[in-house]
Amino acid sequence: MKLGKILSTLFFWIVGIVTIAPFVVIAGVSVNERKSLTFPPEGFNLGWYGDLFLDPEWREPLLTSLTIAICASLLAVLIAFPVAWFNWRYRTGFGKLVAGLGAMPFLLPPVITAMGFLTFFIILGYYGEFWTVVVAHAIFLVTLPLVSLSLGFEDIDTSLVEASRSMGASEATVLRTVVMPMIRPYVISGFCFVFVISLNEYIIAVMTVGAVFETLPMKIFNALRYGYTPVMAAASVVFVASTVLIFSLVAAFSDLPKLLGARSK
Amino acid sequence: MIQSRPRTPLGYLPILLPAFALIAFYIVPFGSMVGMSFFHNLGGGAYEQVFTLENYARLVSPFFLSVLGTSFEVAFLVALFAIVIGFPFTYLLVNARRGTQVFWLIVMLSVLSLSEAIIGFAWSTLLSRTAGIGVLFEALGLTEKAQSYAPSLGAVLAGVTYIAMPYAVLLLYPILSRIEPDIEQASRTLGASPLRAFFNVIVPMHRTPIVVSFVMIFVFTLGSYLLPQILGRPTNWTLSVVISDQALLQSNMPFAAALSIFLMTVTILLVLLVTLINRKGAKA
Repeated sequence: MKLGKILSTLFFWIVGIVTIAPFVVIAGVSVNERKSLTFPPEGFNLGWYGDLFLDPEWREPLLTSLTIAICASLLAVLIAFPVAWFNWRYRTGFGKLVAGLGAMPFLLPPVITAMGFLTFFIILGYYGEFWTVVVAHAIFLVTLPLVSLSLGFEDIDTSLVEASRSMGASEATVLRTVVMPMIRPYVISGFCFVFVISLNEYIIAVMTVGAVFETLPMKIFNALRYGYTPVMAAASVVFVASTVLIFSLVAAFSDLPKLLGARSK
Repeated sequence: MIQSRPRTPLGYLPILLPAFALIAFYIVPFGSMVGMSFFHNLGGGAYEQVFTLENYARLVSPFFLSVLGTSFEVAFLVALFAIVIGFPFTYLLVNARRGTQVFWLIVMLSVLSLSEAIIGFAWSTLLSRTAGIGVLFEALGLTEKAQSYAPSLGAVLAGVTYIAMPYAVLLLYPILSRIEPDIEQASRTLGASPLRAFFNVIVPMHRTPIVVSFVMIFVFTLGSYLLPQILGRPTNWTLSVVISDQALLQSNMPFAAALSIFLMTVTILLVLLVTLINRKGAKA
């Protein structure tokens, strides 16, 4: 009986350690003294992190990625919010259809969505323009705020809405003073999910603006093909750290197990 | 409070704009890709707008059949590994303390969201001669001299399983967290060890979600794009890599479009299969 407990604990920790190990190695590699790919690191040097923010060759892809991610997540939330609100407020076939449409891009392999955007923007003659990647990411990832906002609306105590309405509040007042404060954590988590995935997304960005702009994932992949530099490791560490940080914030401000579908206890 | 529909047509206004955005920037691009797949390729990114089936005819060439074979082989094995590792891991996770659950959920979400460029770089480092398990194996005396384990099919399988595992966990987490604690309790009272309760009660109970998750991971893996390039040789390339290679490097848009339509058809058929299995499972 004890053997089962030992085996299952051992299994859990082996999986956990293998999951984290690649990033420990990357973090180690990023502080190498010289430009070498060695672990354990030889010497200690944080200069590669400086290069990431100061060397224009790395700083520009970083800023490009950040700009795309911020714009795309704002746009995705702006598209998702009215759909989720409408489907909470009314029961219509049309509303369900739009929500279903919003869930589609995320179900298919991303290369298909990327090819759709590539043909579309080439035919229209907008290929390579900055806004195209923002729109493409927002549409591709709109499923995420749609899901988190729908969960949030389901959670609203309808008696509060009823009360304010019976006291004469208009639709707009109800939305602003009662619904918004309750739905805010779900707006933020929807925003965060799109932001993180857009920041890391590669194939759609390549197929819309890859010939004109370079995002950080593209920069890392290109650097990987044309020779190693520890700045790559530094950039990866910064990305891993910010991804973990953002999801930790989501977990701190909302119920993460519930957001991911666990039964509320 | 819930109304069936807005009182005036004006009430539909809030949802019309998102609907327009989704149609203009998702349905229409899709349609343009379907159209493109029937055009004639002139080379160098140029194409002629005449109706032809030649792009689809090329799908049955030996080269693309072998690419298809590789893609399905990788997807099948990865889905298998991800379930075999992910199912017991998720089962242990839902029974862990809440803090432990939140921690690992953050880790899984992060791994799943990270760029394949970063994961690929991390794994190629981990499998390299100078910074990875090669060094560890040499230090432990398992191998005489540190060696590199990438590029190879094994490296592709390891890397793709690594990103598919968190996907499996997040698919299974909501399902396994709904298991009534009584079930394990009952089998324990009847004298089964936790290990036997897991294999004889919990696993058979979840046959349907296991099959459904397997197909979902299969589809997810078909989309893997950078890892086969970073960790594998061109013979290990999957359909996603070949599509982007045709579109971006060979500049053959019509053929890349036809390949995408093919991949989409396979995906939709698999998703339909999942829905069917789910319905059957619900009935049983």
